[in-house]
Amino acid sequence: MSNYYLNTVVTAPVPMGDGLDKPFWEGLMQEKLLLQRCNQCRRWQWGPEWICHRCLSFDVGYEELAPTGRLFSHERIWHPVHPGLNDQGPYVVALVEFPQADNVRIVGNLLGDPRQKLEIGAPVKGVFEHHRDSDPAFTLLQWRLGG
Amino acid sequence: MRRSLRGRVAVAGVGETTYYKHGKSPDAEFKLALKAVLAACESAGISPREIDGFCSYSDDRSESIRLANALGIPDLKYSVMQWGGGGGGAMGAVANGAAGVASGLADCVVVFRSLAQGQFGRFGRALTGYTASGEWAHTTPYGLLSAAQMFAMKATRFMHDHGVKQDAMRAIALAAYQHAQNNPRALMRGRPLDEASYDASRWIVEPFHLFDCCQENDGAAAIVLVPAERARDLPNAPCYVLSGGSGVPYRAPAWSHNATDYGSSNFKTLAPRLYEMAGIGPKDVDTLQSYENFTGGVMMSIVECGFCAPEEVNAFFTKENFLAPTGKLPLNTSGGNLAECYMHGFGLVIEGARQIFGQSSNQVKDAKISMCTGGPMVSPISGCIFGAEDTL
Repeated sequence: MSNYYLNTVVTAPVPMGDGLDKPFWEGLMQEKLLLQRCNQCRRWQWGPEWICHRCLSFDVGYEELAPTGRLFSHERIWHPVHPGLNDQGPYVVALVEFPQADNVRIVGNLLGDPRQKLEIGAPVKGVFEHHRDSDPAFTLLQWRLGG
Repeated sequence: MRRSLRGRVAVAGVGETTYYKHGKSPDAEFKLALKAVLAACESAGISPREIDGFCSYSDDRSESIRLANALGIPDLKYSVMQWGGGGGGAMGAVANGAAGVASGLADCVVVFRSLAQGQFGRFGRALTGYTASGEWAHTTPYGLLSAAQMFAMKATRFMHDHGVKQDAMRAIALAAYQHAQNNPRALMRGRPLDEASYDASRWIVEPFHLFDCCQENDGAAAIVLVPAERARDLPNAPCYVLSGGSGVPYRAPAWSHNATDYGSSNFKTLAPRLYEMAGIGPKDVDTLQSYENFTGGVMMSIVECGFCAPEEVNAFFTKENFLAPTGKLPLNTSGGNLAECYMHGFGLVIEGARQIFGQSSNQVKDAKISMCTGGPMVSPISGCIFGAEDTL
């Protein structure tokens, strides 16, 4: 498990049964960040939905986005609420926004020293964390400080 | 005719069970609900057989139909569940109940919450399913699991944007614990909290210390709503509903923490509606019961309800300002979710009414207007404003 940020697989993400976020999860396994973009008004949207919340077009697709962003907010978690994290010690959740994509955001972990100083606005770069041996297999997108 | 709830419905009585630490209730959850309903009827001076409606929120397991059947109610006319999880529907359920009475769909509505976390699983522990799909798939694999973890980043962003210091949240906790020392129902009575103990307490998730987080409890709480004219013939001083409602601002529930206005308690749209219907402003509020899932949500909701500007938080948020009877804004005067009991916020509704009845254990002198706000940071959030006879 040493290549993984957390000591345990807390949950294995699986696509929704209706397929709404399937391109996102399949994209991560191929080291691609795919998020929703409206083919009508060309604005980005996240989380996923069957309709564009701005122009109400149903013609919403997925497009690839470079996994670079900036830290919009963060939290250092100390109290474990899952038994597999009891010996983890503190860990950091990052909320990353993408200025190049209408400031949509995704959640990940911030790699590195969990006690590192956390600064809103800091540039971050994505790191794909593959769990190919898990059943089901999946990939997470983690983050590291730096442009 | 102007459509409004103002002054048409009153809280006639309030009641709760003994409050327990989670897992410690000797009674089944449904029995707790029954006990709270009966206690509220006794306080109101009415027969339980007069009840013809039930309202609740957060998918309360004690279903209205089962309650009506168990209590031998002759005709259940009104049965309304407020959509949305968490405690954000607490005051929305009050508004729904008041709407039923005001519209004539019902004559006597009990609004309640029953919760035995020990019997059905705690909110503060992770769900243990191995796979996650939908909204949870985008957060839980990263160890973002509990409510505290869901909301900490909102508080951090707000504090960053407005230069707020930790002491602001500490003041909320200190005031709650001080109020609890006078409240015989409060689980934290006899366990006072001071600055040093707060500062030394462990982090749950930054910026929330242990004492910034609500308890987890077993119990039940209920109120009785009747038409205003009926309330005048009942024992308690009428506590009129001046306004109530719920709100989900634009994109607030967007997955993966994509709320457009992120560092927010979600009260910016509801607060003006509550004041407008009540015909008052924040300066008229004598006491505020503000839902503490976490102190950071109270902090943002106090700002968004107009009690101070974001830039004034560090100066305004002092224990003294929040203490009954003399503070500028007596806050959570029962001890609230932090120090009385976490009855999913319904204890705050009861305390808001008790202030108007003149029955609080931390009574604000001549309290005429009492405001309750529920569920900061969730969707929906809700609120209500109660007023005494001479506010009509």
